[in-house]
Amino acid sequence: MKKKRLAISLLVGCLLLANLFFLQKLLMPKHVFGTLEGSLVEDYYKVEKNNDVIFIGDCEVYENFSPITLWEEYGITSYIRGSAQQLIWQSYYLLEETLKYEKPEIVVFNVLAMMYNEPQKEAYNRMSLDGMKFSLTKIKSIMASMTEEENLIEYIFPLLRYHSRWNELKSEDFKYIFKKKDMFHNGYYMRADIKPAGNIPKGKKLPNYEFGERAYYYLDKMVELTKKNDIDLVLVKAPSLYPYWYDEWDEQIREYAKAKDLKYINYLELIDEVGIDFNEDTYDGGLHLNVYGAEKLARHFGGYLKEHFNLKDRRQDKELKKQWGKKVDFYYSMKEEQVKELEEFGYLKSIFGDKQNN
Amino acid sequence: MLFTSYSFIIFILYYTIPKGLQWVLLLAASYLFYSLMSIKFLFYILFTTITTYFIGIKIGELHNIHSNYLADHKASLSREEKKSYRAFMKSRLWKWLLVCLLLNFGLLVIAKYTNFTIENINGILELIGSSKRLTFWNIALPMGISFYTFKTMSYIIDVYRGKYPPEKNIFKFALFVSYFPQLIQGPISRFDDLSETLFTEHSFDRKNLNFGLQRIMWGFFKKLVIADRMLVAVNTIIRDPEAYQGIFVFLGMLFYTYQLYADFTGGIDITIGISEVLGIKVRENFERPYFSKSITEFWRRWHITMGTWFKDYLFYPLSVWKPMLNFAKFSRNKFGNNFGKKLPVYLTTLIVWFTTGLWHGANWNFIAWGLTNGIVIIISLECKPFYNWFHNKFKVGGTFGFRLFQIIRTTLLMSAIRLFDLYRDVPMTLRMFGTIFTKPNIHMLFNGSLANLGLSLSDYFILLLGFVVLLIVSLVQRTGSVRGKIAESNMVVGYALNYALIIAILIFGAYGIGYDANQFIYNQF
Amino acid sequence: METLLEILQELHEDIDFETHERLVDDKVLDSFDIITLVTEINEEFDIAIPAEEIIPENFNSAKALYAMIERLSDY
Repeated sequence: MKKKRLAISLLVGCLLLANLFFLQKLLMPKHVFGTLEGSLVEDYYKVEKNNDVIFIGDCEVYENFSPITLWEEYGITSYIRGSAQQLIWQSYYLLEETLKYEKPEIVVFNVLAMMYNEPQKEAYNRMSLDGMKFSLTKIKSIMASMTEEENLIEYIFPLLRYHSRWNELKSEDFKYIFKKKDMFHNGYYMRADIKPAGNIPKGKKLPNYEFGERAYYYLDKMVELTKKNDIDLVLVKAPSLYPYWYDEWDEQIREYAKAKDLKYINYLELIDEVGIDFNEDTYDGGLHLNVYGAEKLARHFGGYLKEHFNLKDRRQDKELKKQWGKKVDFYYSMKEEQVKELEEFGYLKSIFGDKQNN
Repeated sequence: MLFTSYSFIIFILYYTIPKGLQWVLLLAASYLFYSLMSIKFLFYILFTTITTYFIGIKIGELHNIHSNYLADHKASLSREEKKSYRAFMKSRLWKWLLVCLLLNFGLLVIAKYTNFTIENINGILELIGSSKRLTFWNIALPMGISFYTFKTMSYIIDVYRGKYPPEKNIFKFALFVSYFPQLIQGPISRFDDLSETLFTEHSFDRKNLNFGLQRIMWGFFKKLVIADRMLVAVNTIIRDPEAYQGIFVFLGMLFYTYQLYADFTGGIDITIGISEVLGIKVRENFERPYFSKSITEFWRRWHITMGTWFKDYLFYPLSVWKPMLNFAKFSRNKFGNNFGKKLPVYLTTLIVWFTTGLWHGANWNFIAWGLTNGIVIIISLECKPFYNWFHNKFKVGGTFGFRLFQIIRTTLLMSAIRLFDLYRDVPMTLRMFGTIFTKPNIHMLFNGSLANLGLSLSDYFILLLGFVVLLIVSLVQRTGSVRGKIAESNMVVGYALNYALIIAILIFGAYGIGYDANQFIYNQF
Repeated sequence: METLLEILQELHEDIDFETHERLVDDKVLDSFDIITLVTEINEEFDIAIPAEEIIPENFNSAKALYAMIERLSDY
């Protein structure tokens, strides 16, 4: 009798847990329309982990570099572990996690995130952290990222954070409950629309241009981690016109790179050399590049990597050829689809759904 | 979430350490809990604990001397001598009691009412045209001070009255004062009642755990799913009195009644549930108050421990106080046997309700709230002959319809009086109450304004569903413990109900980012 | 005892006070009744019931009330 009771209690307990897990999955935002960025981090677990180059950073990586172009032009395999307003400690821990799966030759970090010394916005934290698989690294990243209003427990059990979505559930929440559709190209978020850059005002004067202590702390850690793993760290500043990149900031990074013997490229200075035309190559007036810009930038950056590092051309590798062939096909079919949508509807229906300002 | 996250660790420790140390753990936990809120609060609670402990010991000694003396001299003393010795001892006891009451109520008054007094003095200064103003005192009101002070003072008065001997162990006494589940919002336990289970050794008991957890979850359901959701609409209505008048005042009044009920009884459910898991019995504080058929009955069933406190330690003593008895005599001679008899009782009632109002908060709106309660009670007493006549004539007293009418009437009355508490401003309350009748604007219920109160249709639906659940539980409860019935029923039913409760709290609870209304309303009383 | 029953009867005509043993517990007597009772008893029996004696045990039945009165008169 006692045994039977225990068995039943156990069974009910498991059932409850399974049910809660299911509800949690259901209630978590899917980020398959509009805010696709929120799905970037988890996308990594789907791909083969054999990359020569890993990008880490915010939107200035995942919308500005096209890994497909790097493959097509140079036979470089790469993946972008980017996310919206990825803060430097989040970049660091994402790198730490990535190194558990694979060991790239080169890690590229976009230095814009150096401007943030403190946790910024809960929603962006969520988009950078929720997608990570559960691990000690994830916990460390959460602890470093939380704003005052946040709790660790709400990250461990996101149900506690998203429970109030119960009355906003849409069909996509059911459809993509366990598996999302393919939306990215090795971490690259494709946009084929065009919105020319207007006049970008010069940055406002700041009281202090010195990067924060925490930002430097994690940059140091990043340097150490890559050194320890015998990986070359490359610092870049993508050619996005905004947020404004101050000369004082640039100077600091330059000095830092020199001191640590790192490569640093500021693409803002190479816009003409890369051939970026801000009337054609951006989809939001200069903040981010569109697919045309991203291809140009990848073409230039691939050349730079080839020139300075000893990267093999892997296009003849049979296995890789097969894998990347599929990626390339998917890439071009999406590009074609987007161009068609733009002609037909004037906006990207596959991203924004039926209404544009969704 | 003020104390549950913390309680979990205590539960586990409680049943793993040696049983003799269980109460010590609770003491440590209580002090840690309190000092986590603010280290400054410790000063207040230590002051109350220490003064009351030592005076309690002193009074106990005097009682012993007293009874020993009488026992030793039983034969030799005349009746008159005994009487005068008793009077002598009584006055010594009384002096010590008075010191204790003055010190502790004094501290409460200083902490809680200084600024209120200054505000009123400034008001008077302005009235007489003086430009002088007193500056307000910047002081943090210790959480739960009203609750633990009342709890502790009931102890000292009981010891004075010889109801039980004082507690010898100062640490045990400190635990009685600071016991963390009831530190913030009561119930105001009595020492003889609580100490029966507070200091004893408890072994782990499945049923206690089971029942306790259910009670805790039930409390969370009320607080998180209902109260914190309802609060949004209540706040919207009271924060914009110009926009929300008439029917909205009426709605706000009902909403607040619903919210306060869910919040306060839910908080007490959690307190009692935690205690139950620890094997400690805490007295019930509510007995389905909204099934009351009159306002006096309501006050016997709502916040019971506070009501009985005022009855035992203010109403009765005041009634049998010499000057009051003299006044009674005078009044009977002056106003005749009928009204003259009632006058002193009414006077006492008003004093008690004035104090009750003041206890709830240092503001005129609470005093107005208290006095209105007192006046309504007096009116209902005065109407008794009419009621009797009515019932003799119409014989509807026992019918369901009439009882329902009485229940609704009592609920509406209590809700209306509580508008004072809602608007926190006496003239404003009266004005807003007036608009219910002068510009009801009932059509506004149907023009979509309800959707602007911060609640969506699904929120209203949940609130309605919650109401039905609460009603069913209360109805079932009339014939005995709901949890007992669940335990006796089919196991599947039991599991299903608990299962549903957990899911309901987790999914439909109005907690987390986006809802910041998590603090207990009754916090600082 | 007779006087006491008279006082009680005057308060509630419809209760049989001689046999009822749960006057307070069953809420026959509310706090207002109790105060009225105390005042009248004080006068009739020339005693002073102190506040600490106002407990349910002393007011639950006429018998208990009477016992209290006797005890207090003995003082």
